[in-house]
Amino acid sequence: MTRLPWWIRDLIYLAVGVAILIGLSYGLTAIPITGIAYYNRILVIMGINITLAVSLNIINGHAGQFSLGHAGFMAIGAYFAAFLTLYYFGPWVDKMPEGSTQHWIAQNGLLLVAVLLGGLLAAIAGYLVGLPSLRLRGDYLAIVTLGFGEIIRVVILNVEKIGAARGLSGIPPWSNFFWVFFFAALTVLISNRLVNSSVGRAFLAIREDEIAAEAMGVDATRYKVKAFIIGSFLAGAAGGLFAHYTPAYLNPTMFTFIKSFEVIAMVVLGGLGSISGSVLAAVILTFLPEGLRMVKDYIPGGKDPRMVIYSIMLIVLMLTRPQGLLGRRELWEVLRKRKDAPVKDAVDEDEEKASPPIQ
Amino acid sequence: MQTILQNLLNGIAAGAIYALIALGYTMVYGILKLINFAHGDVFMLGSFMGFYSARWYAKLTHQAGAPEPSWVMAAVILLFAMIACGLFGFLNERIAYRPLRNAPRIASLITAIGVSFLLEYGGQFVFGPDPKFFPTLVDKHLITFGGITTTNYQLIVLVVALAFMALLQYIVYGTKFGRAMRAVSYNFETASLMGIPTDRVISTTFVLGSVLAAVAGILYGLAYPKIDPLMGVMPGLKAFVAAVLGGIGNVPGAMVGGLLIGLIEAFVGGSSFSNYRDAIAFIILIVILLFRPSGLFGKYQAEKV
Repeated sequence: MTRLPWWIRDLIYLAVGVAILIGLSYGLTAIPITGIAYYNRILVIMGINITLAVSLNIINGHAGQFSLGHAGFMAIGAYFAAFLTLYYFGPWVDKMPEGSTQHWIAQNGLLLVAVLLGGLLAAIAGYLVGLPSLRLRGDYLAIVTLGFGEIIRVVILNVEKIGAARGLSGIPPWSNFFWVFFFAALTVLISNRLVNSSVGRAFLAIREDEIAAEAMGVDATRYKVKAFIIGSFLAGAAGGLFAHYTPAYLNPTMFTFIKSFEVIAMVVLGGLGSISGSVLAAVILTFLPEGLRMVKDYIPGGKDPRMVIYSIMLIVLMLTRPQGLLGRRELWEVLRKRKDAPVKDAVDEDEEKASPPIQ
Repeated sequence: MQTILQNLLNGIAAGAIYALIALGYTMVYGILKLINFAHGDVFMLGSFMGFYSARWYAKLTHQAGAPEPSWVMAAVILLFAMIACGLFGFLNERIAYRPLRNAPRIASLITAIGVSFLLEYGGQFVFGPDPKFFPTLVDKHLITFGGITTTNYQLIVLVVALAFMALLQYIVYGTKFGRAMRAVSYNFETASLMGIPTDRVISTTFVLGSVLAAVAGILYGLAYPKIDPLMGVMPGLKAFVAAVLGGIGNVPGAMVGGLLIGLIEAFVGGSSFSNYRDAIAFIILIVILLFRPSGLFGKYQAEKV
């Protein structure tokens, strides 16, 4: 049986995904449950977190370049997309009659344009940040990316046009469940395609041993920068979607390095290099603080211990599964292992444990 | 000229505090190759331990309200904060880092971030999120010489910080323990084969680093008496930058790096770019790392195949 070309198969997957998403997004608004907006919001935040985690996983998990500046890329995408819609696209769309097809198409089309342009600017920043990674390794790269994220934040704090320290409000709230999950699905698809391509193989080779990869003819420099560009583009897009989701308000304090830490916690908790692991961890770490809201009722004095419990659980999870929930495998590989228990996985497990303690 | 001298003095005082924190980062990194992100929050813990011990001290000596400033009290609360933070550093290493010694390095990094979150959110939960006012430990008075005005606080910060740095320098380069520490940092496995109790050395390193962070916390409380559970985030980050700047893993490098960051910030803060004060440390870091990828004093190590 001949298989269809990969891009046709991907387009079919995407079409099916879009159909499901449209169904879901209409379904979710139609369910008559009180507080559905709250659940809807958590789901949307979850979708954004999935995009962030999977995109960071390309840089950290696949290419093995330790980046702590993801919040910075997200901030660039968010602010640039919001700037475009607030000052240029929004007023233009507002001139059209509310509720008309024309209005609807312009709104969604321009949201897409703004989000993609936001991603593009973030990708340019990713290119600039990727450049030092030519010379820096490991922890030095980590601190440079972290510093870069902080520089972005301080610059935003000082630009009056985008709200400075007050934050940017009045962004058109165009983003919705559909777009957020469309991008999440797209990110997973891109990431999955990437890791099985020659580029992805080069990423993995660099992660495992950069010198050996270079000796085998992999242009490590080019691929590392590539990983940064792809990862930061998707993070920027996630930021753009976040900016346009109700309450459509941005503040520089949302994009401190704490945000980067949250994303990296998702990637590592899921298992570095595991796409489904990143998705799983993003889901868990988004719902965990929300699920802990009820604990507050049992604490006298109205103090909220959920973030304390969250951090303790993060520590305990890392102590019990240091290689992440799924290790380097994907969810289906883990599930399949239960049935056949192949020898290969036993070797994998050993390798994870036997990584050198100190270099 | 006067403003330059003034900025110089402010910068050195702030830089001395950064240097004390940076030492903890650099020692732990030198030995475990672990960026202990919780270290900035240990500094916060030191400040709060000082704050509460001053209250207890007032109660013990039957003083109503704020305790009377005195050198004895300053010494007592400094000691208390050092012991409390040292204990925390010990437990932290035992519980959160030691079980992950043989795991991938990134796992302990995430645990460190978890501990940092725990201290920040736990601090907000236990101490309350509002800023608190650090008690006056010693009477404040102005000192003027050569046209510049300073307070005795800045001098105290400088003297105490330098004294502790000198002490650390002695411990690392002049004692048997220091030699063991350097050996472990040079090669962990060989050191343990040579009979060095690596676990004990690592524990002690954590305790030393946390004690220095406590000293920094008290000095910070003295100089800038508004403390809150998130106060450790920025100084912690900048101290880490200082450690990288000096060449991470290098003890004198951390001191120089801390002073440099303090000075640069003071001069930028006094210029027309003062809004960019928080970014400047990172900009300089990036520029320096581009030309010297392993910091100012770090040794460039050729990668072994």
